[in-house]
Amino acid sequence: MINNLNILLPEIFLTLSIFSILMIGVFIKNSFNLIFNLTSLIILLTIVIILNNPSSVEKIFLESFTRDAFSNFFKILILISSLFVLNSSKNFILDKKLAKFEYPIIVLLSILGMFFMVSSNDIILFYLGLELQSLALYILASIDRDNLKSSESGIKYFVLSALSSGLLLYGCSLLYGFTGSTNFELIANELSKENTGAVFAMVFILVGLAFKVSAVPFHMWTPDVYEGAPTSITSYFAVVPKVAGLAVLIKFMLIPFSKILMEWQTIIIFISIASMILGAVAAIGQKNVKRLLAYSSIGHIGYALAGVATGVISGYESAIVYISIYVVMNIGAFSCLYLLKKDGEYKENISDLSGISKKHPMLAISFLVILFSLAGIPPLGGFFAKFYVFTAVVEQKMYALAIIGLLTTVISAFYYLKIIKTIYFDASVISFDNTKNKFAQLSIFISCSILLTFFLYPSVLSNVVDTLFLN
Amino acid sequence: MDFPILSTLIFLPLVSSLFIFLSRGQNYNSAIYISLFSSLATFILSLFIWYSMDYASADFQFLEEQSWINDFIKFKLGIDGISILFIVLTTLITPICIISCINSVKDRVKEFLIAIMILETFMIGVFCSLDLVVFYLFFEAGLIPMFLIIGVWGGPKRVYSAFKFFLFTLLGSVLMLVAIIAIYWITGTTDVTQIYEIKIPKEYQNLLWLAFFSSFAVKTPMWPVHTWLPDAHVEAPTAGSVILAAILLKMAGYGFLRFSLPMFPLASEFFTPLIFTLSIIAIIYTSLVALMQEDMKKLIAYSSVAHMGYVTLGIFTFTKQGVEGSVFQMISHGLISAALFLCVGVVYDRLNSRMISTYGGLVNYLPKYSFLFIVFALAGLGLPGTSGFLGEFLVLTGSFQKNYLVAMLATFGVILGAAYMLWLTKRVIFGVTKNDQIKNLKDVNKSEMIMLGILALLVIFFGFYPIPLMETINVSVDNLINNYEIAVQTEGLN
Repeated sequence: MINNLNILLPEIFLTLSIFSILMIGVFIKNSFNLIFNLTSLIILLTIVIILNNPSSVEKIFLESFTRDAFSNFFKILILISSLFVLNSSKNFILDKKLAKFEYPIIVLLSILGMFFMVSSNDIILFYLGLELQSLALYILASIDRDNLKSSESGIKYFVLSALSSGLLLYGCSLLYGFTGSTNFELIANELSKENTGAVFAMVFILVGLAFKVSAVPFHMWTPDVYEGAPTSITSYFAVVPKVAGLAVLIKFMLIPFSKILMEWQTIIIFISIASMILGAVAAIGQKNVKRLLAYSSIGHIGYALAGVATGVISGYESAIVYISIYVVMNIGAFSCLYLLKKDGEYKENISDLSGISKKHPMLAISFLVILFSLAGIPPLGGFFAKFYVFTAVVEQKMYALAIIGLLTTVISAFYYLKIIKTIYFDASVISFDNTKNKFAQLSIFISCSILLTFFLYPSVLSNVVDTLFLN
Repeated sequence: MDFPILSTLIFLPLVSSLFIFLSRGQNYNSAIYISLFSSLATFILSLFIWYSMDYASADFQFLEEQSWINDFIKFKLGIDGISILFIVLTTLITPICIISCINSVKDRVKEFLIAIMILETFMIGVFCSLDLVVFYLFFEAGLIPMFLIIGVWGGPKRVYSAFKFFLFTLLGSVLMLVAIIAIYWITGTTDVTQIYEIKIPKEYQNLLWLAFFSSFAVKTPMWPVHTWLPDAHVEAPTAGSVILAAILLKMAGYGFLRFSLPMFPLASEFFTPLIFTLSIIAIIYTSLVALMQEDMKKLIAYSSVAHMGYVTLGIFTFTKQGVEGSVFQMISHGLISAALFLCVGVVYDRLNSRMISTYGGLVNYLPKYSFLFIVFALAGLGLPGTSGFLGEFLVLTGSFQKNYLVAMLATFGVILGAAYMLWLTKRVIFGVTKNDQIKNLKDVNKSEMIMLGILALLVIFFGFYPIPLMETINVSVDNLINNYEIAVQTEGLN
């Protein structure tokens, strides 16, 4: 038993570090900077630990916890994206006076929750991980507690998310009742199409998961929370929980529900199409960049779900490639928002971007690259993400899904073009402060370089993803 | 061929755009010199490729292959007699555009040159690619720089035009992407040369053909999806209009020749009546519309639609004359329409107006300009002795073999073409000078003379001596038509 604990090493390390820095925070005054830097260090160390962790399949604690290449990949993706999101938002946090020492600790706690989500092989462990993550996110959404909008978004997120967690839990208990087990593999063996109760359970679980990745029709919270929460939190919301949610969704299709894929697939196809259409249409009228990115993220989840909807390994792989590139694009997009500072105030309306190409050419060109990539125009990274997904979709002969999906890319291209139009074609009104936010600039640079050079060797990412499903 | 000469050709402009980006200086001289130098180098390189290729062989030459997306899609390049002409056209037009922007672009010159150079990379890439995904990549990527060229440096309604251009083309192309992916799952490859041999089953051909058609029809542009073109042309800066008319429109014609015809021969045969109808409508209807235009650029834009109607008509006659005529017509239209847009640009730079009514009687004050304008206008209407004549003549010869009615109607288009071009010339060049500003205008300067002079010489040269072009495409076109006929005969029987 003790020997097996090294399988849990990343989680154990993370837990112990969280408690230690919590102590530091309690006993040392004004320790935000120290804790923030320690958090980055912990994230880096955890990445190192996971990389050194062999990726052979191991299951411990009555097979409730799995460590394999799949979970390791997602953990690393979660860590790297959190690292970039946190560090590029540091100046923002300081400027907005959000510099409470709990902030980075809560982020770490949500990461810990996600770790258990992606590693779980048992619905109880899965639910615990999900709740740990969600609770941390409720607090983060309302962290700017004196701001009406932030508190509102926190409450909204809490109420709706609690409801969805309840549904999910109800689904889990139904699943236990009808199959007599909480273990994923055992559930898979018991399930069949005739088991109507289990199909019900599946629907409830799917509702809960769709809420977490903000897929239509469970997306209502997304625009409000994205707009209301401070930008640093929004960027975290837009990136990291989506990765974990998608990982769990794929895992559910891979193991417990592998025998009732047909039922599951129909729902996902519907959710995917609805998300793509809503993400494309509802974003057109938006005036706030954060709100627009919220709708755009709904649309992007729709594309990733299109890959999941195929119900085959190549489809899941394409969804993972999609979400990875989505992470790169969104980190870049939000880092751009941190540079839109004027007299100590962060601008977030599209009209504020008017004509920034004249005074801030580098920022404008980065925004251009990221937006065209979000729209999926070749030769940028976003195109390859869509290409992989639609290749998998067409392979399964789901032509309608492919055609609807690609038509919505044209609609969504319209609102990305609208931002580009504001940046490049309109007259210049605001000249922003010259910020010294080095890390945000670095993450914009990295994000743009990845998107621009992705076409040179697109297989690099999918080769990694291919290895995740070998066992 | 060990040295990757086509990749060099494609990526040379891209690399030079990096240097332009790094260049400094107050009046952008260094940026202009870098771009001019590198685009001329690209031109010379393309001439060298043209010179050193083997016309007698219908195979693809200068092949390059590189594993690309997950081993299943290769980055494959190669050219044959048809594509080399478009490559040379591209590399010829680009330096001319750069010269033109010395006079016409005043604002953000460096960014403009970068956009042009990146666009050149994508355009050459389209004509070199032998893989459907690579083709799609370059085909779509060209939208980004063109969108910016129209939107940033364009006229008053530039935003509307840029959006219309981008969204129309994107909408057409996404269906082609679905078709490309479907082809991959049907044949197991996206390598064009392999697909030629595998032959796509009959039951899929019609749908796939339509998906490709939706993209090419928008790009050509064919009636009724041509409406983005006049808007885009009118609002784009001179260099943008020139590239749009001379090269971007040719991508679709090239696409028909390279993909639709050889990959879906049965569907091409099946849809010939559709293409003929749309081409005839394009030729006659848009010529009539052109007659009514008040704006010079809009008139030339509509005439482009009509001329591209001849191109699609010629391609789908499946006769040697028709297809060769189409290719010739595309090259010659590339030269003539470029020159006409440059001519409009010359006076627009001076008077800031594109309206026909602003001008009149230019011949009294700008004799050199008037001479060049008349040369291009006559070439545009297809006067024998200019390159414009030969393309139309061959297309009509080809279509007479297929369908009398279609050929007759198309011939009407020639008359209408003469009508709008001559009337334009009469109103702009001749007549009484009503506008006093014209009296103070300066005639063409040195740089304008160079670019218009080169184009005029080429238009007349190819009008009298088309053999270099014809020799280059001869074997490739023969091969194309042979394969098409074999496919139709053998598979038509089954």
